[in-house]
This record gives sequence, structure tokens and C-alpha cells, in this order.
Amino acid sequence: MALKGNLRDFSVTQLLNLINLARKTGTLTIEGPTEAAWVSFQDGKLIYAQVGNEDGTLTGILLRGGLISGRQARAIKTHASDKDDKSLGLLLINAGYLVQQDILASIRQYFRDIIYKLFTWGEGFFRFDAGVLPPEGRITIRLNLENIIIEGSRRMREWERLRDEVPNLDMALDFVERPGANIRDVNLNVEEWKVVSYVNPKNTITQIAKANVMSELEIRRVVYGLLQAGLVEIVRPDGMPLPAQVKQIKPIDIEQKESLVNRLIQRIRSL
Amino acid sequence: MQTVKMVVTGPFNAGKTAFIQSVSEIDVVSTERKISSAEERIKETTTVAMDFGRITVDEDLVLYLFGTPGQKRFDFMWEILSEGMLGFIVIIDSSRPETFREAKSILETFRAYAPTPYVVAANKQDISDAWEVDDLRIALRIDRNIKFLPCVASDKESVKAVLLELLYSILEEMKEKEEIDK
Repeated sequence: MALKGNLRDFSVTQLLNLINLARKTGTLTIEGPTEAAWVSFQDGKLIYAQVGNEDGTLTGILLRGGLISGRQARAIKTHASDKDDKSLGLLLINAGYLVQQDILASIRQYFRDIIYKLFTWGEGFFRFDAGVLPPEGRITIRLNLENIIIEGSRRMREWERLRDEVPNLDMALDFVERPGANIRDVNLNVEEWKVVSYVNPKNTITQIAKANVMSELEIRRVVYGLLQAGLVEIVRPDGMPLPAQVKQIKPIDIEQKESLVNRLIQRIRSL
Repeated sequence: MQTVKMVVTGPFNAGKTAFIQSVSEIDVVSTERKISSAEERIKETTTVAMDFGRITVDEDLVLYLFGTPGQKRFDFMWEILSEGMLGFIVIIDSSRPETFREAKSILETFRAYAPTPYVVAANKQDISDAWEVDDLRIALRIDRNIKFLPCVASDKESVKAVLLELLYSILEEMKEKEEIDK
């Protein structure tokens, strides 16, 4: 079934979070304000990215990364135009021009930069095509999305958005129980670690901010990043009374209530 | 005569009225009005106060289904409708991601009104633009312990399944409380 919509309603951060948590494989196409982007994933990991008319070939990536000069790039295009990226990469390594680590680091940075650019797109149609992978011959890598999401979130500083996402600082935080998730594998900055150390349903977000001498904006930024990475969730603080307007159901005898619910079940089954 | 109440809530045009109509034994007492706002003119009319459906269980017991108004400006009705409810159902239009944020907000509001069991129904699963339930659960950050059910509000069997799951949740919660009390 469809996984499509508009970034105005479902942001890039939310999309990446969804792809990560659902461990999706496929290609996300986003038609942004001025150009389109294609980002591929395997089992929820980023493996490939391409944006607009940018030269996303290995030659283009190495040139952008400063590993080769413009003259060298032109020479490669002239003499090795028949080679795909994988073959070209092997050729450059075997010829002793570059080492594998530098090539991979350059590709990683290129893909990351594309994703960070996508974070700034507030509007645009997106579509996720399950099972669709990048063209053969392109070099793919595997990048954890958690760190990218956190960094992308750091770059999203719009106060309004943050306030929408974390509307009530009197709530508390708790760690999300998710199989395979380990907070030690995630790169957190100092501010985030400070907040993480206070994550406990007993502490409200306001108390955490006070303990770390953080402003409302700063704490919202950090909590937003942790939420989007799926590391924590907002919970009602321990012992926090229900809002004053709550009307509790009048207590009735438990057996009577059970019988009532069972009668309802029988009736609805018979509809 | 004893009456019990369940609330059906969710964003504008999520399918709350259709949901109640599918199982109500009476014509739904609907307080619909022509839509005035241009941006909300997806359909001709909308519920401005509440929908009201009924299922007679036996001569001593009646279940009422109340549908909340979908438009935000009528949210003052929500608290009144939530009073004394046995549980509630949050209906989501699976094909309109622009309503997901509001759906989550409505869910949190009702949770705050009363700590009763609830289920989430992913409506319009019969149309091609519908998001999958698993994706919706992640998108709306709904806890794994909460039942998130595929639904087609115009289909009686589908609606019955959602109501039954809510009732099972209510029973489960009662049994858990019983265990704690022992």
C-alpha cells in the first residue's frame, strides 16, 4: 500500500524515523521546491542518495570531496567513461591513486549532506517505493539513520516547530523499549547526554532543563532530537494528578461491570 | 434500564459518522451542518455537536455510541462527551497524512480526560492511498500495547471487529485491576 504524502504534513525527520523503525527497503523519492531527490534504504539503513541534477557519480563525489582535482575528474571522464562507479573505484585503488577508506568516507559525507539538505525542505511530495534499489554499478554503503536524524534535527532550529512537537514541558521522559536499540551505539552530544542522564518518569522536562541550566528552547531542541531518533518518549510524570477537569467513572462492582462488558460483547458479535 | 457509552473520536472527515452508522440500530441522530470553511470542504456536511447511535443489548442494557465533532472549533464538546465513557475509539483517515498530527493530539486529549481503555482504528484501508497500519503506528508513535486496527467504517463487520477489540481491552483491564486488588 501507499506510503506517500506531503512533507508539509509528514516531515523528512518523521519519514526517516519511520523507515528506520520499520527497517524498510526501497527508494524514497521527494519532489522538493526546486528539485527532486532519491534516497535508497536497505533494512532501514541509508545506502544511497542522489539529488537534482548534481553529478552523483563517483567522479563527481570525489571532486566535491576534494580527493581529485577538476583536471583529474575530466581525465577520468574522458578515459574511463565506460566504467561504472564500482569498477572505477577499484581501478583508482589498484592504481594507487586513492585508498578505499577515503573513497568510502567521501561517499558517506556526500550522502549525509544530501539528507541534511532534505531536512530544510518543508514542502514537497514524497513517495516510498518498496523494494526499489539504486542502479547496478553505483556504490552503496550502510549508514545508521539514528545519527543522521539527530544531526538533522540539530539543524532544524525553528522554534515554532519545536513548540508544536514538545508542547508541554510539565511532562516527563522515559526510554523507549525497542528490540535491538542500544543508546550506547548512538552518538549523542554533551547536551543530549546531560538530558539523557536525567531521563526518568519522575523528572519533568522543566526539572531536567533547570538541572542542566537550559532554556526552554534548548531543552525543546534536545528532547525533539531524542524523540525523533526514537530513543525516548513523553510520559505523564509519576504521581502527577490527572487534570482537574477529569471526571472519573463512578466505581461500580467489578463483577457487575465484567458481566456488563460480556453482554455487550455477545450483542455486538450477534449484530 | 442501564446505559453505557463509548466515544468515537478523530479528526475531521476521518469516518466517525460512517463508523457509528454501520452498527447503530437507529438512524444516527446526527447534528450535521453544511461546511462553511473552504479548506474543509472535502465533504458537504460535518458533525458540529455529536453523532448519536444506539445498540440495544437486552431489556436492561443499552449501548450508546457518541461521535465527536471533527472540527477543532467544536472541541469544547469533547470533555462533555467523554464523561462516564466505558472506552473510546480514535478513528484515523489512513490516506491523509496531513491529519495524523491532529489525530495524535485528539488521542492525547481524550487520554487526559479519562483513563479508560481505547483502541485506534485505521480507517479507509480499502483505498489505494491508505498507509499500512504498521507504518501508521510508527508515524503516530502509538505504543505497541495499544490495539491499532485496520478498518473500513462503512463495513459493518470491520466496525464490529473494532468495537469487540475495545471491549476485550476493557475486560483485560478489569481483570488486571482485579489481580492487583487481590
